[in-house]
Amino acid sequence: MEEEILKDILSSYRGKRNEIIPILQEVQDNLGYLPEKAMTEIAEFVKVPESHVYSVASFYAQFRLLPLGRKRVAVCRGTACHIRGAPQILKTIEDEIHLKEGETSEDLEYTLETVACIGCCALAPCIRINREVSGEMTPEKAKLLFSKNVKEEKNA
Amino acid sequence: MPDEKIFVHVCQGTGCISGGAERVFNKFKDLAGSSVNDSKIVIKKTGCHGFCQQGPLIVVEPHGFFYTKVKEDDVEEILNSFEHDKKPVARLFYHDPVTEQIIPKYNDIPFYKLQDRTILKHCGNIDPEDIQDYISVGGYKALKRAVTEITPDEIIQEIKKSGLRGLGGAGFPTGKKWESCRNAQGNIKYVICNADEGDPGAFQDRSVMEGNPHSVIEGMIIAAYAIGAQKGFIYVRAEYPLAVSRLKIAIEQAREEGFLGENILDNRFNFDIEIFQGAGAFVCGESTALVRSMEGKRGMPKPMPRSRTTEEGLWNNPTLLNNVKTFANIPLIINNGAEWFFSKGTDKCKGTAVFSLTGKVMNCGLIEVPMGITLRKIIYEIGGGIAGSKKLKAVQTGGPSGGCIPPDLLDMRVDFDSLKEAGTIMGSGGMVIMDEDTCMVDVARYFLDFTQRESCGQCIPCRLGTVQMFRILDDITKGKGRKGDIDFLLELSESIMKGSICGLGKTAPNPVLTTIRYFRDEYEAHINDKKCPAKICAMQ
Repeated sequence: MEEEILKDILSSYRGKRNEIIPILQEVQDNLGYLPEKAMTEIAEFVKVPESHVYSVASFYAQFRLLPLGRKRVAVCRGTACHIRGAPQILKTIEDEIHLKEGETSEDLEYTLETVACIGCCALAPCIRINREVSGEMTPEKAKLLFSKNVKEEKNA
Repeated sequence: MPDEKIFVHVCQGTGCISGGAERVFNKFKDLAGSSVNDSKIVIKKTGCHGFCQQGPLIVVEPHGFFYTKVKEDDVEEILNSFEHDKKPVARLFYHDPVTEQIIPKYNDIPFYKLQDRTILKHCGNIDPEDIQDYISVGGYKALKRAVTEITPDEIIQEIKKSGLRGLGGAGFPTGKKWESCRNAQGNIKYVICNADEGDPGAFQDRSVMEGNPHSVIEGMIIAAYAIGAQKGFIYVRAEYPLAVSRLKIAIEQAREEGFLGENILDNRFNFDIEIFQGAGAFVCGESTALVRSMEGKRGMPKPMPRSRTTEEGLWNNPTLLNNVKTFANIPLIINNGAEWFFSKGTDKCKGTAVFSLTGKVMNCGLIEVPMGITLRKIIYEIGGGIAGSKKLKAVQTGGPSGGCIPPDLLDMRVDFDSLKEAGTIMGSGGMVIMDEDTCMVDVARYFLDFTQRESCGQCIPCRLGTVQMFRILDDITKGKGRKGDIDFLLELSESIMKGSICGLGKTAPNPVLTTIRYFRDEYEAHINDKKCPAKICAMQ
C-alpha cells in the first residue's frame, strides 16, 4: 500500500536533486510522516546518498519521522500569542489530553505540537486542529474543546 | 437608486475563516438565489480587510456599511435589509471599544481612517480567485505599459527614482538590486518572490497573497522583463495553505490571459512562475539559505566570502529576490509614476509600511501607514490604545531579529532608519504591543528560545551562544539569576553578532540588548530581589 503510493508520487517527478523537498512534502501529505523506507527509495530516485535525504528531512520543522495522530493539534507560539497567554493554553491542552509538546498518543488519536506562527495574530492566542484554526483561545475554551472531543469519540 | 447593484463583500481571509466566514459566504450564496432581489445583489468573496479581530467581516457597497462578527444566522437579516425602505442591520455595526460609539460605515472607523492603504487597497474588495476582478480595477495595466511602451532600463530608472526600498526587512534600494541583476553576466536569470514569512507575529505577506495575489504576480512579471529573466518562483511557507491555493489559481488564470507563458502580450518575452513551498525554517528568509533549500539542500546560508545572489543565486545563476510587498508595489509605481511614490513617506524612506498590529492593543489587525508616522498615532489612534485601561510598556517590532522600544520613544517617526537607531528593526512588519502585565525578561527569553531552535547550526557562536543566552534568561525567569548575568549576556551578544555570517545570528541578540537597554531594572529585580515586577515569571 505505502509502496504503491510512493511509486505513484515518484512517477510525477523527474528524479532531480532539487525535487527532494517537494517529494518529501507530497509523501508526508499522503502517508502522514516519512517512513525510513520511503526516504531510502527517494534517495535512490534522486540519486543522492541516503544521508542527504535524512539531512534535509531532519532540518525542516515541517517533516515528521514518526507517525502522527489523526488529530494534529498545533498550539501557536507566535509573539502575539505568547504575550496573550499561549503558554497557559499549551499547559491546559497538555493536561487535558495527557501529552507533552511533540508527543503522539499511543492510540494515534492526537499529536500535540507547537508552531512558530499560524499568522492569525489578531485573534491571538490561537490553535490549529488539523486544518481548522480556532482563535481567541482561553484555558476554559481549550478545556471545553478537548473534553468535547473526548466525549464525541465515546458516543461514536 | 433602486436599480443600483449591491455588493456584499464577504471576507475570506484566514482570520475570518477561523471565525466561520466560509459558512457565512455559503449561506449568502444559498439564500441570495432565492430572493426576489437576487439580480441586484452580488455576493463576493474577498481577501483580508485587515480588521481580523472583528471578523467575520462583511462590507456592503456602495453604502459602505461594515458588519462585524457576522454569523450564519445573521445572513437572512442582512439580505432582507436590502429590500426597499429597510434599514441596515444596526446590531452588527462596529462598536468602538474606546468611545463606545456605534459606527456604521467603514470609512468612519478610526482603525481605517488614518491608514493609507495602497498595497492593501484592493485586498478587501476584489475576488482573489477571479482575474477579471483584478483587471477591472486596473490590474495588468502596468504590465502592458511596461512591455509595450517603455524599455527595461526605463523601468529600472523609474523604480530607482521612486525610492522604493525592499520591504523584506533590511530596506535595500530595490532599483539598485534590479540594476545589478540586469547587469549580471548570464543567459539564465531568475526572479524569486520571498514569501517565507517566518517571523512570529507577522502576517501581512499572507494577507496580500490571499487577498490580491495578482498584484504580486504582476510585479514579478515586470521585474522579469526588466532584468531579463525567464523563470520565476514564489517561495511560500507551507503553513499558509490558503495563500498557496489562491496563488496557484492566480498563476493559472494569468497564463490563460497570456500574461504568463510564451510571447507575453505578443512580445518576444517568455516568463512563467512556479510555487515552491518552504518546509518551515526561519533561516530560509535569508537569501542564500532560501536558494539552497530550493536546490534540495538544508537551508543554511552560504559561507563568506560569497558573491551576491543577484550575481550568483539559484543554480549559480543571477537571481532577483524580493519580498511580497515589494513586488506588490511595482504595478502601483509603474501606473502612478515614481513621483507619486516618492511623495509619500520620509526623506529616506518612501511609500508605505504594512504592520501586523497585535498584542495588548484595542484594535488588532493589519494596517498600512505612510512611512514616518509616529508610534503614538499607530497605537493610540489606529490601535485605539491599550486594552483594558492598562499602561503601555513596550512596542516590539521586527520579530526575533528586532527589539522592544519603551513608551518615551512614542513620538519617534517610524521608518527603517529610526527603528534601527532605537536598536530594533522594521523587519517584516510585526508590531506587538506589550502592556504592564508583560515581563520583558520573559519576552527576551521567549525570543531566544525561538532563535536557538531556528539557528541552522553552521556558525558556532550562533549555535551555542543562543543556547547559552536562552539558558541564562531561563534561569533569571525562574529566580535563579546570578550577579554578573547581565554583563555576561551583553558579552555573549557581542560575540554572536560578530561571529555569525547571516542576519539570524547578527540580529538574534537584539531582543536581549534592547530589553537590557530600556528595561534593565526588570532584570535587576529578577536577579537581585528574585521578583518579577509583571508577575509573569514563576520564581522558585
